[in-house]
Amino acid sequence: MKYFRRFLLIALFGVLVFGTIFSAQAQDRTVVIGFTASQSGRYNVESTRQINGLNLWLNQVNEAGGIILSDGTVITFNTVFYDDESNTDRVQELYTRLATDDNADFLISPYSSGLTDASAIIAEQYGKIMITTGAASDSTYQKGYSLVFQTYTPASRYLTGALDLLASLDDTVENIAIVHENDKFSTDVSTALNDYAIAMGFNVVLFEGYDSGTTDFAPFINKIQDAAPDAVLGGGHFQDGSTFARQMHEKDLDVKFVALLVAPPEPNFAELGESAIGVIGPSQWEPLAQIDEAAAEAAGMEFYGPSGEEFVTAYMEAYEEEPSYHAAGGYVAGLLLQRAIEDADSLDTQAVKEALDALDLLTFFGHIQFDITPEQHGLQIGHSMMYIQWQGMADALEKDIVWPPEAVTADALYPLNGGE
Amino acid sequence: MDILAFLVDGLLIGFVYGIAAMGLTLIWGVMNVINLSHGAIIALGMFGIYLLFSLFGVNPYIGVVLVALAGLITGMLIYAIAIHRVIDAPHLSTLLATFAVNMIIIGLGTSAFSTSPRNVDVALGSIEMGPVAFPATRAVAAVASVLVTGALYYFLYRTTLGKYIRAVTDNRAAAELMGIPSARILALSFGLGTMLAAIAGGLIATFFPFTILSGATYELKSFVICVLGGVGNPVGALVGGLILGSLEGVIPAFMPTSWVPVLEFILFVVILLVRPTGLLGRKK
Amino acid sequence: MSMLKNLRNPGLWLWMAIVLAVGLWPVITQRASTREEIFTVLLSVVLASSLNILLGYTGYVSFGHIVFFGLGGYVGLFLITAYGWSLWPAMLAGGISSAFLALLLGQAILRLRGAYFALATIGINEAMRAFINNFEPFGGPTGISLNFSVYNDYGGAANALWMLYGVMLALALLNILLSYVVKSSKFGLGLLAIREDEDAAEVMGVVTPRAKTWAYVLSAFLPGVVGVLFFFKNGNIEPPQAFRLHMSIEMLVMVMLGGYGTILGPVLGAAGYQRLRGLLLTSDLFKNIQLTVAGVLLLVIILFIPAGFVGWLRNRFPKLRRFLP
Repeated sequence: MKYFRRFLLIALFGVLVFGTIFSAQAQDRTVVIGFTASQSGRYNVESTRQINGLNLWLNQVNEAGGIILSDGTVITFNTVFYDDESNTDRVQELYTRLATDDNADFLISPYSSGLTDASAIIAEQYGKIMITTGAASDSTYQKGYSLVFQTYTPASRYLTGALDLLASLDDTVENIAIVHENDKFSTDVSTALNDYAIAMGFNVVLFEGYDSGTTDFAPFINKIQDAAPDAVLGGGHFQDGSTFARQMHEKDLDVKFVALLVAPPEPNFAELGESAIGVIGPSQWEPLAQIDEAAAEAAGMEFYGPSGEEFVTAYMEAYEEEPSYHAAGGYVAGLLLQRAIEDADSLDTQAVKEALDALDLLTFFGHIQFDITPEQHGLQIGHSMMYIQWQGMADALEKDIVWPPEAVTADALYPLNGGE
Repeated sequence: MDILAFLVDGLLIGFVYGIAAMGLTLIWGVMNVINLSHGAIIALGMFGIYLLFSLFGVNPYIGVVLVALAGLITGMLIYAIAIHRVIDAPHLSTLLATFAVNMIIIGLGTSAFSTSPRNVDVALGSIEMGPVAFPATRAVAAVASVLVTGALYYFLYRTTLGKYIRAVTDNRAAAELMGIPSARILALSFGLGTMLAAIAGGLIATFFPFTILSGATYELKSFVICVLGGVGNPVGALVGGLILGSLEGVIPAFMPTSWVPVLEFILFVVILLVRPTGLLGRKK
Repeated sequence: MSMLKNLRNPGLWLWMAIVLAVGLWPVITQRASTREEIFTVLLSVVLASSLNILLGYTGYVSFGHIVFFGLGGYVGLFLITAYGWSLWPAMLAGGISSAFLALLLGQAILRLRGAYFALATIGINEAMRAFINNFEPFGGPTGISLNFSVYNDYGGAANALWMLYGVMLALALLNILLSYVVKSSKFGLGLLAIREDEDAAEVMGVVTPRAKTWAYVLSAFLPGVVGVLFFFKNGNIEPPQAFRLHMSIEMLVMVMLGGYGTILGPVLGAAGYQRLRGLLLTSDLFKNIQLTVAGVLLLVIILFIPAGFVGWLRNRFPKLRRFLP
């Protein structure tokens, strides 16, 4: 009896001690993700969608009970963010604040390459991993950083697929015009496209930029008409791109093929009605593209995260609109971080960085793999663009994927104007 | 290359530039105030049309009339709240007061409408004349601009109120001695100026997509036009608009399009230096 | 001799000491986020104080003053990337190019009075932005980027940030001193005479074109220098961010908030404006309408306290003027 009581006491003590040690090891941890959002200024729309996507991921992970490491630690996520007003003035101040005062464990980039450039330096200086989304310029990843990782297809491969598509549709086309907004992103895309076109044997009859504030494209379209190309490629951002598309239609520009940056994949491009028909645009991701386990199996790759369909359903439930690729990009930025933490089985920056370096998998967003050479560390080399085209009647437009062949949902409408 | 096509396109947009600048030049001429909320008011005009059209299905051209009335009242309110107190203070005060109004409008507009582009889809088809094709919406806007200019001219030169405005423009102190209620006349002039800006916004909205920030481009162009046409001169503004429009139309035929703003602003500075009263302005 | 006597103003040294103390605060506490906040404020202090030399002393309203900041930044980054210059000569070169531009422009546009001058400065900024956007040596629309390794010459990125901060603090102090020396010199009195009545000043023997031009040149130099510093820290420069008209107007707002024509006004105006914006941006209540709130505050100040904070204090408490330079 006496021994039994002593045994009980020892056992109880043991449980207590063990429990204390165990719970000390498995301290639950809330990981802080820091970023700036453009709540005002010109990037307001894209940035908001990007953050919506990120928040959807965060809520899903937290609701599912977080990430559980092998030592039993439960990791949940929280965000801290500030308004960057769509300009770079305060980006560095705000990211420094995120990295120091707010003790952010990981950072997500702002929207746009310009703001990301400014914030990436801070991430690197304070030894924080930053997943970029909405930042396509190649140059950010060619500055010798080691902790910055890109989810988007870089600018240099943004529009090249459209030329592959054109070549597959019509091998008689020779003359093309490349016209672009005169800003960093569109110029990078168009310069790379120009090199690619020349290598493919196209004859670039007009290669010219227009000022970012341009609203009236009429004189420019006259100039394109005079150069007599068969295809027009280029563009810039949503507003100039949609205006340009509308005016090309209004002025009956006689070309067989039009591919523009950024604007066409946006759902409200359809507001242009007839002017939208036949216009092709590169997209980082489309709701129509049903990338899932089966696709991964077919490609012999590992699949991770929700399927395209699951993501679209969840997003529409949360925000009552169809997700754009900005939203998908925001979500996938969080998803990659989650995967890297799981692989690393730790929150240590170096371990998570190595896990990101090693990533090579398929998500609903597409193939993800990072360049790990010192020259352009973090550049996205797995993901590639899809190309959409608006088809149908003016009052019942639908967006179809016309390239690459493995994702096609409809044959491309070619030539424009039904070959009049 | 058909230079005529370039020119026609430039002239058509020039009419709208002209009317966009008319409000700025009127306010500047009458009360020596450069209205930095001009662009924001143009954007409000655009959104006025958009809301009337998308919420109530109002025809955009009827919408322009309603927006014009709203613009008149808004302008008089802005004058009473933000301008009247500093009307005789140094330039900087009125510049910053109107800039503050600009910040308030843009701030409220961004939180209400976000910065996503809107479209008012008016399909009137195209007009073809020989080698030149252009959308009918632009022709309507050009005709409307001429009518508005005519009406403004008539108002300023043929009505009593208009004569009061011109009297205040020439010499406010003397006008007051003559018994003209200068404060009310100034408020009315400011209201007319914002009314013109709102009309311009409304007309532009019928053929270009826009955001709450779109007005800034037209504000900058309006400065150039005011200087081209001479400050305070509505017909000068229309002519200045046509000059600027045709430059924008024709320059791309000879050099890369992205050089247009470089030439535009250099021209602006040069005219300021050589003939600050404008190409059509009176020599002082 | 009179210069030395002038420098005995107790207010000047009091405020220099205060700025120095505030500037050293993050160094003592070693808090990087405070350092970044104060860096933004010091940058504004330099820009606003420089603008004040023209605006406050001569009454000429430069709306496009940011052109000097952008041009300096471009020249500096170009020399660093294309010719491997070190930061120090690049900063000097940035300042000199801006001052030179002001010298060229000053001859021409300072003939314009009032609003015409203001408009001309806007035109020049916009023409410069559009020109650089087409100017291939400066990267055209792509701009100029620095490689991360550039900071290795300055003890690595983390050290470089502290060093750049120190330089910015020194420039801000230098700028305050410069404002004071200019204002209390005979040259400065000539400028103030121009502000009160340019024609009378001419009659009284102030050679106004030359005086105005030198004020313009002085007010352009330091913005060019800090342009290099800012964009070096930023890591890249592109035309829209280098020549942002909005930032130019913010400089004017700062000078007006603090009180134009005073030494202290632009300093307090810059600090007040930037801290206020920082607070609004990071506050849950205001971050959605921060622009509107800032607009309302600006309007209230313009309408009811036109002399600015320092001007109001000087009028209200004449005895304190010695301490409110």
